Amino acid sequence: MIKAILIFNNHGKPRLIRFYQYFAEDMQQQIIRETFHLVSKRDDNVCNFLEGGSLIGGSDYKLIYRHYATLYFVFCVDSSESELGILDLIQLICFVFGQVFVETLDKCFENVCELDLIFHMDKVHYILQEVVMGGMVLETNMNEIVAQVELQNRMEKSEGGLSGAPARAVSAVKNMNLPEIPRNINIGDINIKVPSLSPF
Amino acid sequence: MPAPIRLRELIRTIRTARTQAEEREMIQKECAAIRSSFREEDNTYRCRNVAKLLYMHMLGYPAHFGQLECLKLIASQKFTDKRIGYLGAMLLLDERQDVHLLMTNCIKNDLNHSTQYVQGLALCTLGCMGSSEMCRDLAGEVEKLLKTSNSYLRKKAALCAVHVIRKVPELMEMFLPATKNLLSEKNHGVLHTSVVLLTEMCERSPDMLSHFRKLVPQLVRILKNLIMSGYSPEHDVSGISDPFLQVRILRLLRILGKGDDDSSEAMNDILAQVATNTETSKNVGNAILYETVLTIMDIKSESGLRVLAINILGRFLLNNDKNIRYVALTSLLKTVQTDHNAVQRHRSTIVDCLKDLDVSIKRRAMELSFALVNGNNIRGMMKELLYFLDSCDPDFKADCASGIFLAAEKYAPSKRWHIDTIMRVLTTAGSYVRDDSVPNLIQLITNSVEMHAYTVQRLYKALLDDISQQPLVQVASWCIGEYGDLLVSGQCEEEEPIQVSEDEVLDVLEGLLVSNLSTPVTRGYSLTAIMKLSTRFSSLNRIKKVVSIYGSSIDVELQQRAVEYNALFKKYDHMRPALLERMPIMEKTIFSGDGIFTVCLWSVFPVLQANDLLDLLGGNDVVPIIQTTVPTKPASAGGELLDLLGDLSLTVIPPMTAYNKNGLIIEFTFERSNPNPNIAVITIHATNSTEADMTEFVFQAAVPKVCSFPSCILINLLFMSWCIGT
Repeated sequence: MIKAILIFNNHGKPRLIRFYQYFAEDMQQQIIRETFHLVSKRDDNVCNFLEGGSLIGGSDYKLIYRHYATLYFVFCVDSSESELGILDLIQLICFVFGQVFVETLDKCFENVCELDLIFHMDKVHYILQEVVMGGMVLETNMNEIVAQVELQNRMEKSEGGLSGAPARAVSAVKNMNLPEIPRNINIGDINIKVPSLSPF
Repeated sequence: MPAPIRLRELIRTIRTARTQAEEREMIQKECAAIRSSFREEDNTYRCRNVAKLLYMHMLGYPAHFGQLECLKLIASQKFTDKRIGYLGAMLLLDERQDVHLLMTNCIKNDLNHSTQYVQGLALCTLGCMGSSEMCRDLAGEVEKLLKTSNSYLRKKAALCAVHVIRKVPELMEMFLPATKNLLSEKNHGVLHTSVVLLTEMCERSPDMLSHFRKLVPQLVRILKNLIMSGYSPEHDVSGISDPFLQVRILRLLRILGKGDDDSSEAMNDILAQVATNTETSKNVGNAILYETVLTIMDIKSESGLRVLAINILGRFLLNNDKNIRYVALTSLLKTVQTDHNAVQRHRSTIVDCLKDLDVSIKRRAMELSFALVNGNNIRGMMKELLYFLDSCDPDFKADCASGIFLAAEKYAPSKRWHIDTIMRVLTTAGSYVRDDSVPNLIQLITNSVEMHAYTVQRLYKALLDDISQQPLVQVASWCIGEYGDLLVSGQCEEEEPIQVSEDEVLDVLEGLLVSNLSTPVTRGYSLTAIMKLSTRFSSLNRIKKVVSIYGSSIDVELQQRAVEYNALFKKYDHMRPALLERMPIMEKTIFSGDGIFTVCLWSVFPVLQANDLLDLLGGNDVVPIIQTTVPTKPASAGGELLDLLGDLSLTVIPPMTAYNKNGLIIEFTFERSNPNPNIAVITIHATNSTEADMTEFVFQAAVPKVCSFPSCILINLLFMSWCIGT
């Protein structure tokens, strides 16, 4: 079982934090700090496995991490997960981020920058939810994952999204043909005319 | 009231903060705004506000006031609201808050929603943080969704079912019918989660395990298709088809095949195939290969396959990729007990890993090296391990030192080698050695009688160099106290005896007493050592002076010792030689010849009379202490136990009734065990001759400390005999 997924940058600032086991809030922050401390000490040419710190609990748990540019992806897992498999999983998740966030034709994770994760924290959670559920791996087919995320984003868009008003297109949906977006949106007694979506 | 700012606005604003204080201020301002917005019960902007709250929560700020808002969002009709609401519930709520139960109804409705994504959200939330009450209420819905043909929902339902089973294990039966055709799915996502569900069920219940063994052929077929099928762009990762599913299936096969001949037989071929055909240039291939190896080692595979597996691990050890090396070392550690000889073949590679730069690899290699030490390779291995001890990180030194002591004790080729090794450890890693090693070492040295002179000489020389490592100093002072006479008389045979006078020795010991580096315990050792030398050296006056000085030491322990030693000089001088003579050989508790054991039966509580305990201990029919002799030297020290021993020889003891009261009769019978006459067997018969049942019958056996090794006494409770005759 995956106990936690932590993504933070080279200075330890959290970019995505997801615990699959209950920890009190101050414990969570302490775990993030301790994990960052352990992982940032590591050289780039050592193995990607660490026996877990004492906080996140016990001898059965390991930290498996990958360092991409400015981000650390850390998974805390127990012995039921395959270590090498988790490394592949981290890579898969990064590919998915690449698919969802990157504009260019050549979609890969190197083109995703930290800013994408920062500004789209909610979207990142939703993507993760399609890959890992309840601490277990749900889906590993990249196309499936991306398709499901984009369909749900579309549903959100059609309701007006988080902003409560038609916002500028999130990059993932941008390239899709969306003829069915209504030209007028009624929210309560506010009537808004939908502007045509311009490239981001 | 102006519309609350958007999430991205907030993020942008917070990022402009240059200090922690500034950030905190901005966050507090925004929290206040959010709180008033919540108070206004604004439906439009609630989702936006909760999103912002979740962001602030991630940064570490309190967000509990948003919990109820999440519930309101979940109850909304809009997908956007539900999406962020469920996310908020998963991040902010848990079963410890009562509030979470309010979600149950919403989740129930959403599990039956017309939109699959809403159903998906509900399944996800239930599967992440559903409490046992929620799981109980909603298990039926989950089971229904497990049978749906919609693969998106089916895979989520499978993982949700795993969570339900973890929370409420009794519900496992309920999901059994739905698992019938899970493996005939084509969709890999459903297959994957189904295998996870089956694995969970098999791990939790042996009945389920035997039930699902019949799935082995189907699993083997699926695995075969994955390997043999051509390129499938959907599932391809670096040229391998759905490696994640392959790994999961291999794991389930491992569980199903363990301990079962037929299942293991059925999977032998496919395992051999995967082991030989998997491409190992990328991590994915190695992940599969690794899983295959673990499965081969765990099931009842043929020996050829096992050797293949260990050789694959051996190859992994030579791989450039550190991750592979680490993983190989981990699995070799698991298999070293069962396939010792096969792992021995890779010993030199493992020992090389001790020199790796990576801390995790070094630790694994160290553990494995200790497991591989045996009588044949002890000298070579110890050289490597001592070298490792010299150069490793401080974190390792304690474990390494303990490991070396253990290995040396088991396999030392000669006493001299043993002492040399100990010396080496004490001098290189002396301050990291565990406290309990000091008494063990002292015992070892005492028992190596012929090495006393050599040992004390070496320890003395080590003390001259360095007195900072406390364990070394303690052992050395003890030895000098005991064998100082050998040191001064220059009797060493093993090496060139050194010339040292009594005064020089006393100088060193006194130096320890005054040094700032010595701990109180060490000072105690040195004072006692000085005292012991009073019977071995001739410079009595000097020793008397030292002892009397410390009679007024501020360290209470030291003071007490000094005062007592003083008294020894003044009033009990006639006893001094006897008290301070050489320590005898301390026997460790090994059985040789007739063993010592004392059985004392002291708590039998028939429920009828509780105060019979006092009778038991003081009455006439008190249980006698049965003893046998052992042919040890009558030692002068610590001999009270031996004093109790009579001269009974076991074969002669007749059966005896140990207790006969209130209908409870306990009889002891004695005999020598047939295959091994060094083992004595005591049988205890307890009979209840009353009509009522006797409850709370407690059996406890007490043994003296001398026989504390569990192998000495085997207590076999044959419960069947309790039932007869009641």
